Amino acid sequence: MIGRPAAALLACAALGTLAAASEIRPSRDFLSPELRAQQDDPSRHPGWLWVEEGEALWRRGEASCQSCHGDIAGMAGVAARYPAVAADGVLLNLEGRIERCRTQHQAQRAFGYESEPLLSLTAAVALRSRGMPVSVAVDGPAAPFVEAGRRFYETRQGQLNLACTQCHDENAGRRLRGDVISNGLGTGYPAYRLEWNALGSLHRRLRACSLGVRATQFDFGSPEYLALELYLASRANGLPIEAPGLRR
Amino acid sequence: MNAVRRRALLAVPVAAAVARDVAAQPAVEEDFAAAERAILAGRTPVAGGIAIDMPQLSENGNSVDLAIKVESAMTATDHVTAIHILAEKNPVPRVARFALSPRAGRAEVATRIRLATTQTILVLAETSTGQVHRASRDVIVILGACVDGG
Amino acid sequence: MSGSITARITLPEQAHRGEVVPIRVLVRHPMDRGIDAPGLRPVPRRILHSFRVTYAGEEVFRMDLSPGIAANPYVEFTTVAVETGDLVFEWIEDGGAVYRREARLVVA
Ligand code: HEC
Ligand code: HEC
Repeated sequence: MIGRPAAALLACAALGTLAAASEIRPSRDFLSPELRAQQDDPSRHPGWLWVEEGEALWRRGEASCQSCHGDIAGMAGVAARYPAVAADGVLLNLEGRIERCRTQHQAQRAFGYESEPLLSLTAAVALRSRGMPVSVAVDGPAAPFVEAGRRFYETRQGQLNLACTQCHDENAGRRLRGDVISNGLGTGYPAYRLEWNALGSLHRRLRACSLGVRATQFDFGSPEYLALELYLASRANGLPIEAPGLRR
Repeated sequence: MNAVRRRALLAVPVAAAVARDVAAQPAVEEDFAAAERAILAGRTPVAGGIAIDMPQLSENGNSVDLAIKVESAMTATDHVTAIHILAEKNPVPRVARFALSPRAGRAEVATRIRLATTQTILVLAETSTGQVHRASRDVIVILGACVDGG
Repeated sequence: MSGSITARITLPEQAHRGEVVPIRVLVRHPMDRGIDAPGLRPVPRRILHSFRVTYAGEEVFRMDLSPGIAANPYVEFTTVAVETGDLVFEWIEDGGAVYRREARLVVA
């Protein structure tokens, strides 16, 4: 792994400052035609293996998710509204919301962030919003979180002293280390990354971007990444959910 | 272009570098040649009759899509019996073998392979009449996935 | 030993007799290549090394897999629809574990 940050450094030096940000485009627009076609094709998309497991988990056990929520089809549109602030003022993303049901409604131990069952359930629930426009609330109790996320996004950080916006707005559409830089949205997560050989959460992806600029990697489910996730979703408002995504 | 090449080199994980030292180049090449010889078993291959569909530039060596079509009527008397995929610079050059019969209807298979590095992919197709067809394709792997593996 | 494995098998629900039917199979497996290099903790190889498909009792497809097959293996092949019957998909893992899944093809 030692090679990675150095690689990013070289690559970023080559970027320079370029054209200003234009509109924000769906993440799928930045994929290669091959990946985009596979993202659209459940028969060739390995992320569907997790969906299958998530749908089985949804029905499993006595106090199953299904026992309260009915068929998982009823989850249509839910993922598009997350992250959202719960009645007690806590900002929950979809993973956090599911963990709450697990601990409070099923009276079980939390699955744990990035665990297989949580990834599978998140993928299965998110799939039900595939193609629907992101519609997170940004006002009221959400406003301070959006603001915290925006600050995080615009602040230069790490040894490379780069802000998210410098890559994902100023250089969107350009190539970096074999990647085409997208607008850095979370709409495709959880996503199957070829690099991971597995499905992973948005926070896992964010940790990779933090490492890329040699900045602090925050914990899975940390307040910093949750606020950032909400800000990314506010940028994506109106754009389609792509989860489960397929990425290189 | 220069910067790009250096980046690609720097980005190779440490484990890969270690493995590369271990897998002495001649041994790997001999394995590959030996594997082809073993499959040919003295037969002289016929060029062509095989279409290989694979990106020229692989986005990630962890997973490279590869589809193979062999021209064949797939009748009881004249059909493809086996398709072999060999990778010149993988630690294990024999990547896969497919066994087919007339029940397949067409001699078409697809899979996803791991590629240690930029290299040549060789496909051999054996027929029921004793022929072996041969075709190859070059593929560039942008970011070497893990050279220590398959 | 025979166990269940997460797989996604895609084939048409119905076909005409004699039709060449495409079949796509994704299966959940890490395809661990094993590590045996100086300075690294050795890890034994654990892959699915063979995949076999029978249809109406007869073998119609077989694949030998190596560590050079991507994790969560994908394979696509074709078969001629001969009669209504079960396709049985069988994977064998290093160590001898066998995993099996079935899918029905209705032939009109
Ligand atoms: C005992 C009943 C119960 C069980 C079991 C249960 N939930 Fe819930 N779930 C609820 C209730 C009630 C809510 C509404 C929010 C609240 O008050 O907590 C909810 C909310 C949700 C939401 C957000 C819905 C929205 O519209 O915002 C999701 C997603 C969810 N549950 C997923 C799950 C999953 C996944 C499981 C299984 C691991 C599960 N739930 C198990 C009762 C349950
Ligand atoms: C040095 C440039 C750079 C910086 C700085 C950077 N990223 Fe990224 N990011 C990338 C590249 C390259 C990718 C992979 C291509 C893509 O999906 O955009 C990526 C991917 C992502 C993705 C996944 C998008 C998808 O659909 O798979 C998200 C989300 C993301 N970045 C968010 C961020 C956030 C938030 C920050 C700031 C903490 C950040 N990035 C900083 C370069 C950067």
